[in-house]
Amino acid sequence: MKIYVPRDAAAKALGAEDVVRALEAEAGARGVSVEIVRTGTRGMIWLEPLVEVEQGGVRHGYGPFASTDAAALFDGTLEGLGPVEEIPFFARQHRLTFARVGRIDPLSLADYEAHGGFVGLRRALGMDPAAIVAEVRESGLRGRGGAGFPTGIKWETVRTAPGPRKYIVCNADEGDSGTFADRMLMEGDPFTLIEGMAIAGLGTGAEQGYVYLRSEYPDAIEVMERAVEIARDAGVLGDVLGSGRRFDMEIRVGAGAYVCGEETSLLNSLEGKRGVVRAKPPLPALEGFLGRPTVVNNVISLATVPVIFEKGAAHYAAFGQGRSRGTMPFQIAGNVKHGGLFETAFGMPLGELVEDVCGGTASGRPVKAVQVGGPLGAYFGTAKFDTTLGYEEFDGAGGLIGHAGVVVFDDTADMLGLARFAMEFCAIESCGKCTPCRIGAVRGVETLDRIRAGDGAATELLVDLCDTMKDGSLCALGGFTPYPVMSALRQFPEEFACAREAAE
Amino acid sequence: MPASQTLPPDTHADPDLGEVEAILALHSGREGPLLPILHALQEAFGHVPSASHAPICAALNITRAELHGVISFYHDFRTAPAGRHVVKICRSEACQAVGAEALSERVLDMLGLGWGETTPDGRVTVEPVYCLGLCACGPAAMVDGALRGRVRAEALVAEVAP
Ligand SMILES: Cc1cc2nc3c(=O)[nH]c(=O)nc-3n(C[C@H](O)[C@H](O)[C@H](O)COP(=O)(O)O)c2cc1C
Ligand code: SF4
Ligand code: FES
Repeated sequence: MKIYVPRDAAAKALGAEDVVRALEAEAGARGVSVEIVRTGTRGMIWLEPLVEVEQGGVRHGYGPFASTDAAALFDGTLEGLGPVEEIPFFARQHRLTFARVGRIDPLSLADYEAHGGFVGLRRALGMDPAAIVAEVRESGLRGRGGAGFPTGIKWETVRTAPGPRKYIVCNADEGDSGTFADRMLMEGDPFTLIEGMAIAGLGTGAEQGYVYLRSEYPDAIEVMERAVEIARDAGVLGDVLGSGRRFDMEIRVGAGAYVCGEETSLLNSLEGKRGVVRAKPPLPALEGFLGRPTVVNNVISLATVPVIFEKGAAHYAAFGQGRSRGTMPFQIAGNVKHGGLFETAFGMPLGELVEDVCGGTASGRPVKAVQVGGPLGAYFGTAKFDTTLGYEEFDGAGGLIGHAGVVVFDDTADMLGLARFAMEFCAIESCGKCTPCRIGAVRGVETLDRIRAGDGAATELLVDLCDTMKDGSLCALGGFTPYPVMSALRQFPEEFACAREAAE
Repeated sequence: MPASQTLPPDTHADPDLGEVEAILALHSGREGPLLPILHALQEAFGHVPSASHAPICAALNITRAELHGVISFYHDFRTAPAGRHVVKICRSEACQAVGAEALSERVLDMLGLGWGETTPDGRVTVEPVYCLGLCACGPAAMVDGALRGRVRAEALVAEVAP
């Protein structure tokens, strides 16, 4: 009997290890031989721990699985969810980047190759660097870390930059609240990231890679470190698949600073310095890690490269709308009924994702607002739910897609409190380089406290302060914190009641 | 990191300088060695002992001011040992949406602590954390390095009971 249990951090946080022990004990007591395969998560977090049992070649799901369900499972009396891949939340997705996550044993190279692994890398090995970069450009892939910069253009800059030593740096700092796609990918299919980084190395001439992985992700660190060792032992890293071309990589652990997700701060941190943001230019592509040409890409950007090479740029670019090509792994979190990761082509209306795919709130109360794009992203009230998921569309609606986190709040949410938190977070995490961010955020907290206390005049001050932060900050931490603050103020003015009185 | 946080505080006074040197020897040759060194020291001693500062500066050819600047920049690095248990509770938005604020208040209240404080018996330290990637199963917390989803205050406090 073959049983699959996720080893993903979310599944573990909900009791997956207890479930495995219970299954082993029950099987032992019955003298049944079972093979328990640890996988990544399917991304249906509300069903975790989600146990799957292979029946006639099809995996049937049981979840959320309690340890006490083990006996019923073996008796055949436990009510299940049917074939996992037919659960509507899963069946409605287009899984390209996450195609293997939840299906395979993340640390089995054999499993990886049996599911299309290294097809892309082998193809790239037959191409010259310019052709590799052109393929990425044609796919339309844009950076999934936040800014949405075309990946192919960044690679081209590094490819043509002079210099004997170049680097591929993977940004796995994933600090945005409501996001976990990087974590889920690294824990569920680490070889995809390794393969993507190797292709990036071949395309740009970089022979060394680093993954800067946040310390809050102990499971991802463990899996990635192990995967790199396995890949090196198998000859994937080093002399890449015996091609004579070299690429190797290392995992580096962050130290709990949100701003280190910003690429230049990340590079300083990687060099062992304070994570202070650098002024641009010079671009990291020209003067990055240790002053050398460096690609900095998000986990999902890099992990999407293998499928682009496996299926072809045109196949990838056929998904999406406008200048948002391909698929995006949306992560729906917070007060949501069916929370998790939903990979789909760009173009779905926000409201459809939240209300229809994810079933609205977990509390059963009406949705009040969602925050899209992490702590620097705008709040979207339900009036804006027809906004379609795409870079330009969100920009046009006064927000940003960012790393595609969608955090749902019900009607009990305190918008002024959330605006205050945005400022507080900025104050805590500011790198300290520029005054509007370092001091402005502290003033922002004070100003929101004054508004809360009934000081009507303070609202004008807040708007002013937001303008100053927007215009005068070096990076998006100070520059975008006004998004959540102002979007809350504009859409829910009654909660900043004094604001309205002052304006009237 | 996990294991270090449960170390008894008695290593504070007298770190084994041989171990410091071994860590320095292991990492000094890497590109950008300082963060790996600080992580390794904290793993070994539960904090970055001040006695390690001079050897680090000597090995990496940096000033004490630079080193201090780096250690103080990052939330992770401790200059003194934490309690025997470390509880980190997520304060970020997705967890707030499912009651993280009330949870934190209750836990801090039950233990008689403020953020970052340690109980007088050295048993437990409670710290804020900004997202653990468990945003679809919050409120989230970490207890001595192990992740917890859909956390309730009573269960969390019971885990670190004497
Ligand atoms: C404050 C701040 C935090 C950021 N955090 C992250 C992060 O955690 N992960 C990430 O990939 N990009 C993050 N970014 C964006 C990076 O600066 C950079 O644009 C990205 O890593 C480039 O990779 P991509 O083109 O593949 O998206 C952050 C930016 C800012 C301003
Ligand atoms: S905006 Fe804030 S985080 Fe960004 S560079 Fe300025 S001070 Fe640093
Ligand atoms: S917001 Fe709490 S775990 Fe992500």
